[in-house]
Parts: sequence; C-alpha cells; structure tokens
Amino acid sequence: MIKINGKETAFTGGNLTSYLKAAGYDLTRVATELNGDIVPKARYDETVLKDGDSLEVVSFVGGGR
Amino acid sequence: MAVPTKEELRAALASRHGEEIQQKFEKASVAVCGAGGLGSNVSICLARAGVGRIKIIDFDTIEPSNLNRQQYTADQVGLPKAEAMAGNLHKINPYCQVEAHVMKITPENIPGLFDDVDIVMECFDNPVQKAILVNGVLENYPGKDLIAASGMAGMNSGNDIKTRKVARHFYLCGDTVSDVGAGLGLYSARVMICAAHEALKALQLIAGVED
Repeated sequence: MIKINGKETAFTGGNLTSYLKAAGYDLTRVATELNGDIVPKARYDETVLKDGDSLEVVSFVGGGR
Repeated sequence: MAVPTKEELRAALASRHGEEIQQKFEKASVAVCGAGGLGSNVSICLARAGVGRIKIIDFDTIEPSNLNRQQYTADQVGLPKAEAMAGNLHKINPYCQVEAHVMKITPENIPGLFDDVDIVMECFDNPVQKAILVNGVLENYPGKDLIAASGMAGMNSGNDIKTRKVARHFYLCGDTVSDVGAGLGLYSARVMICAAHEALKALQLIAGVED
C-alpha cells in the first residue's frame, strides 16, 4: 500500500510516470512530492514507488490571471 | 487632503496591525507571479498591509475583458499589467517598494529570479504555466515559501475555496477543481476570494501566525 494524497491505495509497483498516466493525470499540469520531497519532472521515469511511500499529487486547473 | 507622509502612513498601519507585525510586514519581500485576477488582488492586499517590497512579474497587457475581475481601470487598457499595477500600488501605498518586471517566466529563467524575495506567489491562469512555476520553485528554492492557486472559476460556493498546506513550504489555495477550461466563467467575487486566501497566507507567514 502507498498513501496517495492522504489515502491508502493499493499499488502494484512501477514508476511515477506510469502511475500518473494510469491515474489520468496530465503530466504537464502536475507537481508531485514523494515522502516530503519534490520530485523533479526529469526524474519521474526513474522514481519507483515502493510500499509505504507517501505521494502528494497537485494537479492544476485553469483560471486566475 | 494631502498624501500622508511615510511616517504618518506607517503609524496608521501599525495602529491597525500592531507594531510588532507592522515591522515584519515592512521587512518582507514578496514576488507576485502574474498580475491578473489573482495577482492584481494579491498585490493590492500586500501593498495595503504595508509589505515592504513587492516584485510583480507579468508579460501581458491589459484587455477590456480583464476589467470584470482585475484591479485595473478602463483607461489602463493596453498597458503592460506589471507596470500598470506598480502605478496603482503607488497610489495606494507610495512607500511600498514595487518592482515591475514585464517578462514571461520559463523553466530556464526561474533560477536566480527569486533570490531576493521571502515568498513566491503563483498567480497565473494557465495550468501548464502554474505547474512550470511551482515545479521550478520547489526544485530551485526548496526552503522558500510558495503559495499557489488552483480552482476559482465559476459561481459555486465561495466556501469551497480553501487553503491547504501541501508540503512544509508549499500552500495551495482554491477549490482544486473548477477549471476555466471546462467552460466556466470567471467572476470577480470568487477570484477575489481565492486571491484573498493567497494574500492572507502570505501575511500569516510574514507575521509568524499559524492557522
């Protein structure tokens, strides 16, 4: 299990990119934190999610300027 | 009526905010990225509070369609937003040091851009631009306070707009879902609620006040 945005979620492994895509996120609109640290966009592919991880995904919507 | 002197205005602000907090506001330096619906309102809140230095960054010019929610006047249409807002802030608080930068923020120019500020405020409209700024600040300035916004379009309840602490130095304001790209309009009252959430979080951080 990993915690994603505060919810315990079953996850069978894989990297951050594959998780975000499978969950329907637009990768150009997100920022992510893994166990309290920002994950740079360039490291999404090499970042492997593990049991016990805590992931925060912020996905931006438009409007404001 | 004459414009109050620096000392007169300072005393007036301190009488409303408290001397200790006013000293903190005066020493603070904040970057406002985007000077539209969010950024124009955020800038005005900060200048009225007496924040010492505001760095406004925006590449755009004022259009008639901005006047429904952005803090400009009809005679400012066509002017660069950053420069027009610097002028408006000067009228509100002539002693606030305002820097206007007419430029587009990119992943390449973020390093170095925020060395001289305490807090970075994301006030863009485009979600891709929002993500570029937020990722750029989190990666290049991990210890810097960052306040961003997402979800203030439409006319749903203003009570859905909240401030959430995402990480140690990263706060997100908005309802997180109301997307202008989904055909929702933008209404000044709701955009101002979100801008006020951002500005209040900045003032709290400067003052050292916890929720």
